[in-house]
Amino acid sequence: MRWRERWRAFSAGLHEFYVAPYRRTFARARRDEDDLFRMLVMSEMLGVPNPAAYYTAELLPVLYDSFHDWHRRMGLERSPLENYRCC
Amino acid sequence: MNSLVLAVVGVAMMIAGYLLYSRYLSTRVFKLSASFRTPSHELEDGVDFVPTNKFVLWGHHFTSVAGAAPIVGPAVAVIWGWLPAFLWVTLGTVFFAGMHDLGTLWASVRHRGQSIGSLSARFIGARGSRLFLVVIFLLLLMVNAAFAVVIAGLLVSTPTAVIPTWGALVVAVLIGQAIYRLKWSLPLVSVIGVVALYGLILVGDAVPVALPESVLGLSPEAFWIVILFVYAAIASMLPVWVLLQPRDYINGLQLFIALGLLYGSVLLFRPEIVAPAINTNVPEGTPGLMPLLFVTIACGAISGFHGIVASGTSSKQLDKETDARFVGYFGAVGEGLLALGAIIATTAGFRTLADWEAVYSAFNEGGVGAFVDGGGAILNAGLGIPTSLSATILATTAVLFAATTMDTGVRLQRFVVQEIGLIVNVRLGTAAATLIVLVVCLGLTFSAGADGSGGMILWPLFGTTNQLMAGLSLAILAVMLMRKRRPVLPIMIPLLFVLFVSVYALVIQLRGFLADGNWLLLALDVIILIAAVWVIIESAIALHRARGSEPEEDEEDLEVTAGEGRAE
Repeated sequence: MRWRERWRAFSAGLHEFYVAPYRRTFARARRDEDDLFRMLVMSEMLGVPNPAAYYTAELLPVLYDSFHDWHRRMGLERSPLENYRCC
Repeated sequence: MNSLVLAVVGVAMMIAGYLLYSRYLSTRVFKLSASFRTPSHELEDGVDFVPTNKFVLWGHHFTSVAGAAPIVGPAVAVIWGWLPAFLWVTLGTVFFAGMHDLGTLWASVRHRGQSIGSLSARFIGARGSRLFLVVIFLLLLMVNAAFAVVIAGLLVSTPTAVIPTWGALVVAVLIGQAIYRLKWSLPLVSVIGVVALYGLILVGDAVPVALPESVLGLSPEAFWIVILFVYAAIASMLPVWVLLQPRDYINGLQLFIALGLLYGSVLLFRPEIVAPAINTNVPEGTPGLMPLLFVTIACGAISGFHGIVASGTSSKQLDKETDARFVGYFGAVGEGLLALGAIIATTAGFRTLADWEAVYSAFNEGGVGAFVDGGGAILNAGLGIPTSLSATILATTAVLFAATTMDTGVRLQRFVVQEIGLIVNVRLGTAAATLIVLVVCLGLTFSAGADGSGGMILWPLFGTTNQLMAGLSLAILAVMLMRKRRPVLPIMIPLLFVLFVSVYALVIQLRGFLADGNWLLLALDVIILIAAVWVIIESAIALHRARGSEPEEDEEDLEVTAGEGRAE
């Protein structure tokens, strides 16, 4: 039984060794796409005219949860938008 | 002297270094704390910042830092005899490389996983980040050029390695598909991948591919160099999961197998070392041991490249700060073992002293070819593998390591070119930046010699730049520790030594290039020399400032960084 557990732990470690870089790459690609989408939705607030602003405004609350992570990732310790505070 | 004694003494020194010196460093100097909240937890995002099991992280760290350099460097440096190379590799690993890798990991973890580039801007000053860009650009340039020459040389001298080298790419792509599309279990795929690789080695051994005297008007070496750069350019633009990831994985496994084979056959065969301890009869034209030994062996003793890996990815995944001792320091020990294996193969793998002297007939002559021949002889005697097959195994191993480093190098250099472009307000696309990298690297490779054969002249320059990079990281560590009023001698002594040998080696080589009238390399040498002086001046200023500053509390760096963003 002990050996079986060890084998399982080894197998899990090997799996992690292989999978971790992949997971990172895919997650990063996905995050980049999300960021692009965020820029589209928030373009009016950032001063870029957006003809679809009337519709995208509806999506602002959806993006609120991940906003804090985004501005920290962009190297801004506080929210850069005056009417969109988070911390 | 028996090689087994050398192996046992060397391994014992490095293990003792890990058990004793790294304990001192982590308790007294860096004061690693298990309760410190590492960036992987504080900023966990499932992308870059992921808490990772220390063994898995060590595997990633070790396989990223270990490449062909710890083989090539010692294989060239044993020309001065085995003792100097042995001492520099063992003592270097214990007091230089281990400390440097552990230290850069710690520095980055204490600053939210920032890279050495950002840290140099913060601790060395505003000019620090520019300086960093210059040094890393030069470093990557040398790596790419030197490794292209090394691989091309191996493919020509060991034609049996041609099929496994290129076939390994196909195996890698298939393995990626088997795991992702077909969902095979990983241990099974790993075994199949390794078996397939060794199958290719058997095929390659039976069917050597030797190029004719002239291909499209190029010598075989020059032809391979061009092909290699074209391959590296394409591979560096592909998404990493297509080729790079599965190949790195199989390479990682292959690294452990090759180390096991080499040390296993030394254990079984116990060959006598034929090379002299200190070679008093060095061939004409060999430069002096001081300072060239210390830049010829860079990886395996101390290497600035490790700091980039440690602060770039490893620090963002460290689960507990105390794991840094295992991941950083033991990662350096792993690389030291590889370098030690290369020393044994190149000094004990020959029948007589005369054979050895025939191979090491001039500086830069032995090199990785001697590693393949000598190591092949040891594998043959120890494990009964036919000589030509064992030479193919080792040549393929070395080529695969160097090729991985090369396409990663081209990829990284593309980023640096794009970053430099942004500073001068030019936006460069992926293809344009890759093209610039390609032109610069090819230019450098061929300017050293028309058929690319002279490219090994670059090797000591590569080592020097690598040491300069390490010097920059060590200066950052020294500033941080001085601000905290912690012991700085374990960092200051290696820092001064590394900067001293770099500048000394640059001056020696400067004279050589001037005498040969090699203007391109002369210009390169001058640029590196300027960068070296720049590093020294900036670090001296930063250290002086740190000495005069208020003592910093142990936990203060947290609050300092909380006020500013991550500049990545």
